[in-house]
Amino acid sequence: MAPTPAPASTLKDAACVVGIGETAVCRKPGSGLSEMALQLRAVAAALEDAGLEARDIDGILPFPNLGRAEAFAASLGCENLRFAATLNLGGAAPVAALRMAAMAVASGCATHVLVPAGWNGFSGARTREISATDSEAIPGAVVARDYYLPFGLSAPPHWYALMARRHMHEYGTREEQLGAVAIAMRKHAQLNPGALMCGKPMTMADYLASPMICAPYRLLDCCLETDGAAAYIVTSRERARDLRQQPVSIMGAASGQPYPADDIVNRKDFHRTGLTSAAPEAFAMAGLTPADVDFAQIYDCFTFEVIQQLEEAGFCRRGEGGAFVEHGGIELGGRLPVNTHGGLLSQAHLLGVGHVTEAVRQLRGAAGARQVADAEVGVVTGWGDFGDGSIAILRRGA
Amino acid sequence: MEHTDARLVRPLPLMDGLAKQFYDWCARGELRFQRCTRCGAFRHIPRELCAKCGSFDSEWARSSGRGTVFTFTIVARALHPAFLNATPYAAVIVELEEGVRILSNVVDCAPGELEIGMPVQVGFERQADSVTLPVFRRC
Repeated sequence: MAPTPAPASTLKDAACVVGIGETAVCRKPGSGLSEMALQLRAVAAALEDAGLEARDIDGILPFPNLGRAEAFAASLGCENLRFAATLNLGGAAPVAALRMAAMAVASGCATHVLVPAGWNGFSGARTREISATDSEAIPGAVVARDYYLPFGLSAPPHWYALMARRHMHEYGTREEQLGAVAIAMRKHAQLNPGALMCGKPMTMADYLASPMICAPYRLLDCCLETDGAAAYIVTSRERARDLRQQPVSIMGAASGQPYPADDIVNRKDFHRTGLTSAAPEAFAMAGLTPADVDFAQIYDCFTFEVIQQLEEAGFCRRGEGGAFVEHGGIELGGRLPVNTHGGLLSQAHLLGVGHVTEAVRQLRGAAGARQVADAEVGVVTGWGDFGDGSIAILRRGA
Repeated sequence: MEHTDARLVRPLPLMDGLAKQFYDWCARGELRFQRCTRCGAFRHIPRELCAKCGSFDSEWARSSGRGTVFTFTIVARALHPAFLNATPYAAVIVELEEGVRILSNVVDCAPGELEIGMPVQVGFERQADSVTLPVFRRC
C-alpha cells in the first residue's frame, strides 16, 4: 500500500463543532414532513443549541441528493452564503464534511458551516429498493446497472454480505460475532429514550432466530430504515470560545476511497476501504493512536461493517475484529464503547450525522445514562458507496 | 389492455459501449475480457484504458471460463421486485483463471452446497433477444 500521506496538520484543532440538532425519529406513520422540512427542523435545533442565528450561516454542505445548499439558504434566510459543496461519499459524507468544514473555516472561506442530513427513510423511498426505484442513485451507477443488477445483486445488504462472507472464510469470523454487534447497539439503545429500539431488548437467541435476508446477513444485521434528520455546525476555534456550548475540537480528520471505488468485485485487497488509508492519516493529524480513544461512533449500516471498520481504523488488526466485539468489548464499560446512542442498527438511520451529534454529546458530558465516564477523545466514522470511508477524531474543549 | 410493471422485468445491462461489447461476446457463447495489448493485463469491469500501463489499446481475449468461488451471498429475500420468484439465489463473485473477478450467479447448485473455493465453469443464459448473461455451474 502507498505510504500514509502527510496529514493536514495545519487543520488540527483549527475548527470546532459548536451546535447539534436532531428531530424525533420514527417509522410508522412517517414524519408527515417533506425531507427539506424535516432537515430544517434539525437545523433550527442546531442553531438554537449553538446560540447562532440562521443569517450567521455562510457555508452549507448538504448530503447527496437530499436538497441543495441554495434551497437551505433560501429557506433559512442565509443571505451571505459563500461556501457550498456536496461530498459524493454516500453515508461517509457527513463525517467527511467535518474536514471540509474545518478547511473552510480555517482558510477563511466561511465562518459558520452547516452540515444537515435527513430523510423519510421509512415512509419515503426505501434504500433497500434503491435499484428498483432510482438506479441512478446506486453507488458505482453504471457498473452496478450493467454488471451487478442483472444477477440480482441489487441492494446494500447484498453488496456488503459479499465482504462479510469472505471475511468469515479468511479469518474465521462467526455469525455470533456479527450478532454481538447487533446486541451491543441494542443494549445502548435501551439507554437512549430517543432510540427507536428503546424498550425492545434483544438476545443472541433473538438474533439467531431473525430471518435471513442475504446470508450471512439476517434481518437483525441490517440497520433501521427511519424518518428523521440531524445537523451540526462548525466554526473556528476562536469563534467557538465565544459561543454558548462547550466546543468540541476536530483534532484529526480524513476521508478516502477503496480502489476501484465503483466496483466491489475487483479489489485486489478485498477488505481495503476508504477508511484503511483515512484512519492513519487522521490519527497522524491528531497526534494520537487508537489506544487514546475513549469511545467510537462507527457507521453501522450492517453488523459486519462495524467489525471491518474497527479493523481498518486500527482499533485491532485485520481478522481480529470478531473477537474485539465479543464479550461486551464494544459495549459501555467495555474496552471501546461503540455507538452509545444505538447507531443505525437500533437508534435510527440519520445518514451518519447522528454519529457526529452523539460524539459531540459524549464530549460535552451530556449523554445522560449512556455517558462514557470522563470522555475526552472520541472517534466517528462514516461509510458509504461501496466502501468510501471517513473518520474524525474529536476532543472535548477548544 | 395488459399492464406489465416494468419493475417486475429482470433488469438488464444497457447495451451500449463497452458493456455491449462484453455481452455481445456472451451472446456468441464466449466469455471474453479486455486484455491490454501493451502490457498483457486482463481487466474487468471493461474500461477505456489500462489502469496498469495507461494504454488505450486492448483486445477481447477469450477466457477459459474456469474459476473458483471467491465469495457469495444467498439472497433469501428479494429486494428488487424482479427477483421475487427467484429466491433463494446465489450472487457470487467468481475469480477466473485469468485473474479477473466477475459478479454472477451459480446455478444448478443447492444454496447450502455453495462454498468458497468451489471450482466453477461458465455457461450462458439468454435473457432477452439481445442479452445473454454469463452464469456459472459447479464443475
